[in-house]
Amino acid sequence: MCLVLGIGNPGRADDGVGPLLVEQLVRNPIAGVRVDANYQLVIEDAAAIAQHTVVVIVDADTSGPTPFWFDRIAPQGGMSFSSHSMTPGAIVHAAETLFESRASVYGLGIRGMEFDAFREGVSPQASDNMAVALSFLRERLLKRDFASHVRKRS
Amino acid sequence: MTQTETAGTRRIVIDPLTRVEGHGKVTIHLNEDGQVEHGRLHIVEFRGFERFIQGRPYWETPVIVQRLCGICPVSHHLAAAKAMDMIVGADTLTPTAEKIRRLMHYGQTYQSHTLHFFHLVSPDLLFGFDADPGGRNIVGVAQAYPELAKQGIRMRQYGQEIIKATAGKKIHGTGAIPGGVNRNLPLAERDAFLADIEQQLTWARGALKIAKDYTLANLELAGTFANFSSNYLSLVRSDGAMDLYDGNLRAIDSAGTPIFDQVPPMQYHEVLAEEVRDWSYMKFPFVREVGPEEGWFRVGPLARIATADFIDTPEAEAARREFVDVTGGKPNPLSLAYHWARMIELLHAAEKMAELLQDPDLQGTDLVVKGEKRFEGVGLLEAPRGTLFHHYQVDASDQVTMANLIVSTASNNEAMNRAITSVADKYLAGQEITEALLNHVEVAIRCYDPCLSCATHAMGQMPLELSVHAADGTILDRRVT
Repeated sequence: MCLVLGIGNPGRADDGVGPLLVEQLVRNPIAGVRVDANYQLVIEDAAAIAQHTVVVIVDADTSGPTPFWFDRIAPQGGMSFSSHSMTPGAIVHAAETLFESRASVYGLGIRGMEFDAFREGVSPQASDNMAVALSFLRERLLKRDFASHVRKRS
Repeated sequence: MTQTETAGTRRIVIDPLTRVEGHGKVTIHLNEDGQVEHGRLHIVEFRGFERFIQGRPYWETPVIVQRLCGICPVSHHLAAAKAMDMIVGADTLTPTAEKIRRLMHYGQTYQSHTLHFFHLVSPDLLFGFDADPGGRNIVGVAQAYPELAKQGIRMRQYGQEIIKATAGKKIHGTGAIPGGVNRNLPLAERDAFLADIEQQLTWARGALKIAKDYTLANLELAGTFANFSSNYLSLVRSDGAMDLYDGNLRAIDSAGTPIFDQVPPMQYHEVLAEEVRDWSYMKFPFVREVGPEEGWFRVGPLARIATADFIDTPEAEAARREFVDVTGGKPNPLSLAYHWARMIELLHAAEKMAELLQDPDLQGTDLVVKGEKRFEGVGLLEAPRGTLFHHYQVDASDQVTMANLIVSTASNNEAMNRAITSVADKYLAGQEITEALLNHVEVAIRCYDPCLSCATHAMGQMPLELSVHAADGTILDRRVT
């Protein structure tokens, strides 16, 4: 079973591109693929990750390549100064340490342009980037073929 | 990295790379002698959200405001709903509505305090501030104390499930509506929660013990770490009890002497004012009669324990007495004591949930009341990090025309600056940002856990940036964590 987890705030312009992509998958579901969306990664996501074989975390990216990158998320330690942020690497690390997760976790970073605005809806550029990313992800999910299609962030 | 010079001081800055919210930026300013002049926490932009709400129908507000924060959306949901109760003329909610909302709020407090303690603070307490950051994190806790780490997750899940049952869903809940709620708690769900509440109480007691034992064993350290006197503010019940959901405002000074008491929410602006400073997007609230220089105050667990006369649940009250005995009944000024106070509230929230879950009013069907419409409403509650203010005005066509929100992080703004200044003064050696300085600045900020409200969390953002500035404004050093 695969999990697609969209992260971002739909009230903050392009930050909402992750949940927006998830909405598209809800409208046109793929067998064997669960979807979820949240403002941000939280510690319980570690438990959810451990229940799946492949997990794709979809998030906006402030500075990555256009239209998107797609790569494995490596487990990573480190500590935040705030309970309001947790990195994908830390979640993967927690999933493996706490829940013996064996999931392959990928990040799909969609390039956004506008993050300062209080606005629902993403910019035209982010929308275009999301459409390309969605098409790519849909194919990966249908074929269950991920590892050979990595596109590095940098 | 930027450098600036202001009369006679140098500045050390920790800057966000972009203006995207969610970043923390800390600047440390030195004087001409190279001594720490002051430290500042910069949290980027907040006020835009108030304009975002204007023009919306008032009944949408309790849902929309949840976008302010991904960690405590329920606090904003309930504060807005309480303000809208006034708008619809609902002066007294039905017992079912009042208790469903309270259960939601205690669930929120429980999950938020759990997240803060287990996943943000416990690595500091269990491994020490100077431990290798590579292992001083939740993963390190999971490796060294696996049952404790899992416990933290299961406690947070319990609170989240309470929220889901009362708000409709964990994110973007709709449970609280103007004048009441739109659901009760069916018996089957109630029974599922009851089946686990004793376990939750046990775990809450254990978390409290960790925080208490740590503080008592490290009083000497705590006494020299971000220790400063302040005023304190919170809601209290009419009989002086701690009340996280409702009440009137009470402020006390550093000696515990009342500044004002039992001020109704609608009159908050008569006793409090907000100052804007040119270097920060956040407002600085202060007690009017004391003035902006001396009238700043702390909010949150430490303040609530200080202002309340008692707690109305037995185990938390016993814990409160132990807490205040340490300072002879006077307000505790130690930033590190926030963690102990927070765990007293965690146990209180668990006790309150246990009490409410036994109450048959939760299965009642009388959910909403309405009265004569008004054009202004104020909703206050004690969010996990402190007093939360939502103030709205609406017009004849039911659109919001004015919104003023004071979040707890704004109230703790000055306290966090002082905490950073205190830590920098002690741990900054020369002009270089060392691991020790960075660690201790982060530990100081974690005491208050600023809500990076309305935050975005896109990849590529830097969580915290610290910089040191010379008296001439030159940036002497900069680190990004």
